[in-house]
Amino acid sequence: MEFLRNFPCFSLILTMCASIVSSGMNGKWARRLNIVVIVAVGLLSSAALYLTVTTNQCYVYKMGRFPAPWGNEIRFGVLETLMALFFSIIMLLSVLGGRKHLFEELDPFKENLYYVLVNLLMSSLLALIYTNDLFTAYVFVEINTISACGLIMIRESGHTLEAATRYMIMSLIGSGLLLFGLCILYGITGHLLMSNIKEQVALLVATDQYHIPLVVAIVFIVVGLAVKSALFPFHSWLPDSYGYSTASSAAILSSLVSKGYIFLLIKVFYRVIGFEIITESKILNVLFVFGLCGMIFGSLSAIKENDIRRMIAFSSVAQIGYIYMGFGLRTEAGIIASVFHIFSHAASKSMLFISAVGLTDVSGKSKKFLDLTGAGYRNVIAGITFTVGALSMVGVPLFPGFISKILFARAGVSVPLNRMLPTLICLAVSTILNTVYFMKTVLRIYTPVKTDYINIKWKENLCCGIVCIFFIILNIALGMYSEPIVELISRGIAMFA
Amino acid sequence: MSRLKNDAEYKKTRAFRFFRWMKGEEDPYLDNVEIQPGVPFQDSRTVNEILLEEQETLEKVYNTASNRWIWRFRRLYNVLSIVFSLALAAVMLYMVAKLPTAGTVDRPVNNEVSKVYIENGIQDTGAVNIVTGMILNYRAFDTFGETCVLFIATTCVMVLLMKEEEKIREDQTLNDRRFEPKNDVILQKVAFVLVPIVFIFGIYVILNGHLSPGGGFSGGAMIGAGMILYVSAYGFDKMQKFFNEHTYKVVKVAALCTYCAVITYYLFMGANDFDNHISLGVPGMIFSSGIILWLNIFVGIEVACTMYAFYALFRRGGL
Repeated sequence: MEFLRNFPCFSLILTMCASIVSSGMNGKWARRLNIVVIVAVGLLSSAALYLTVTTNQCYVYKMGRFPAPWGNEIRFGVLETLMALFFSIIMLLSVLGGRKHLFEELDPFKENLYYVLVNLLMSSLLALIYTNDLFTAYVFVEINTISACGLIMIRESGHTLEAATRYMIMSLIGSGLLLFGLCILYGITGHLLMSNIKEQVALLVATDQYHIPLVVAIVFIVVGLAVKSALFPFHSWLPDSYGYSTASSAAILSSLVSKGYIFLLIKVFYRVIGFEIITESKILNVLFVFGLCGMIFGSLSAIKENDIRRMIAFSSVAQIGYIYMGFGLRTEAGIIASVFHIFSHAASKSMLFISAVGLTDVSGKSKKFLDLTGAGYRNVIAGITFTVGALSMVGVPLFPGFISKILFARAGVSVPLNRMLPTLICLAVSTILNTVYFMKTVLRIYTPVKTDYINIKWKENLCCGIVCIFFIILNIALGMYSEPIVELISRGIAMFA
Repeated sequence: MSRLKNDAEYKKTRAFRFFRWMKGEEDPYLDNVEIQPGVPFQDSRTVNEILLEEQETLEKVYNTASNRWIWRFRRLYNVLSIVFSLALAAVMLYMVAKLPTAGTVDRPVNNEVSKVYIENGIQDTGAVNIVTGMILNYRAFDTFGETCVLFIATTCVMVLLMKEEEKIREDQTLNDRRFEPKNDVILQKVAFVLVPIVFIFGIYVILNGHLSPGGGFSGGAMIGAGMILYVSAYGFDKMQKFFNEHTYKVVKVAALCTYCAVITYYLFMGANDFDNHISLGVPGMIFSSGIILWLNIFVGIEVACTMYAFYALFRRGGL
């Protein structure tokens, strides 16, 4: 039992080692290794989750011989291990679901490089989840940025190169701001370890020292991470990178990469600055307003879009807006709703990207709505999966999107009126807008039409079909058994403080 | 007594070439240092016409005279970016004035963390160079992450620029020696002297990383620079005789895998408080400081490979 606390460290090292080894392999073996490693990470994380749930405490694991302020340290409780388990499931399903397209769209002799990037991306996500040290977090933010860029541009078309450049520029602005913030924070507290910074920050606030640098540091860190996770005004890179990259990359980027930064932001709120100090500062109001704007404007852009992949990408902007709106409520219930929305959005959005590709395949690779007419009949399983994803995003009961909307609404009614009204109104408006563009697509793909496109057989697309079924099961499980998951999240948040 | 050489043999000697050069009968640089003509421009239009056309297209697209909105947007954009940048600069300058004063003793950063690094560094890590002890022993995991940043950066450049070896050889336009002097004698002679010195100095910096300033990162950069100097003097054909894509892969993967194994062992033993089987040795000796020496070597190999790979990929799209 005591041995299980080594597992998060093992999963980190395992993914990094796998990416190094696969750079020397050919594509076939790299692919196999990648699947084995992601499954292994899932198993290790579930064992760690079992440990934290049964003992109901969080573990501090020193990385090396020396204890924390001097050496490195990772720290894991219920929420971290749950997140790692969930991320590995989504990663596995995304990589498997877009497999056929990887064969088609990648240069065969670069195939192993794709798995190098995926493995290292996984390790950086795990490090962002587990780390208890801001400098380690920054190092892995760098890895995350570079490998995400590689995932976008590995398809090597004009669109993806431009998208990768845009992503690179915006993401580096975010990294730069984050680094500035960390430097200032280090200058005024003298620590890089999260727990020590929190003590020092509490001391500084109590004695009213270095007030301005502290505020500037908080602003830089929060804005930097918001830029990297595509909060509303900084989302211009998003539609191209999600819309034109290969299917697996789009699923991974939308459901995991931005969520890793958001999780780091939650850690900064709770473990670095302290939630009371964050709520007293005005930065959450800014996030609240931008989150609300994102919910509305992301959906409006999605309605105008005539390209199914870009439409789903714009829907991501709206969903990221929900998450930041939850932060802006400044209550613990809001944060819990946001964390649950991270789960539900990751599960549904990766499913939508994978199934949308299934639909475009039977429409002559066209992503335009006119060509997609009747695609739900030609590729039955992708049609069903897309419908499930759309229902979940709209917020129909039985699916996770409904639970997160309920949680947001519940969190919204318990705050003062000046926050309650915008929250509830925007939730309602955004739900209607979501319905407009998702139901438009679902009706479109189930409109019977006579075309020359051939129906796809079940056996031809076995891998993608099975992945779609697993996605549906995952979503319905998240939607129907949300109670224990919400309970685990609130326990995890309680362990944070 | 010296024997007279016959004519054919005499012509091979240096003396013959020297006297011929002195008399001005032959120019040694002829046929050796010259630029081959490029492929004639394949378009029927002249370069000027093409440039003109591009200019016209741009003017048509951004015709500010007939579309006032673009003009207004551009003005607004410029003004707002200047205002924003100035505001950001002002905020940061104001903030810097409020930061703890540099150089004073009671700054927050002069706390127990750096004190322990300085006081216990040598006993804990066995490294005389405290910085190396800090990055490769106290915070070894961070440095492993940092090495992975280099690794992933090379991978991304490969994704973007790498081409198959056969294609490079087929494609004449990618021949890197086409528009350059064939053999630059000055560069070759300088490289002949400098490259071994650079290599030896780089190896020295890596191996002495725990004793003197330097370490894997700086030493590796030196070795990488030496390789770049060699390849720009002698060309890729000669370089590939001892360092081609296969060697690159083997060296890099072997170094990083061993690094990974050492780090795993170190983290596992350290975290579970098992006994340390790697002796720290006597501080100041070359074989001391436990894992640091080995980690420095692996980091050095990775950095050298990264430097060279960047150069080679940007220059010809392959190693």
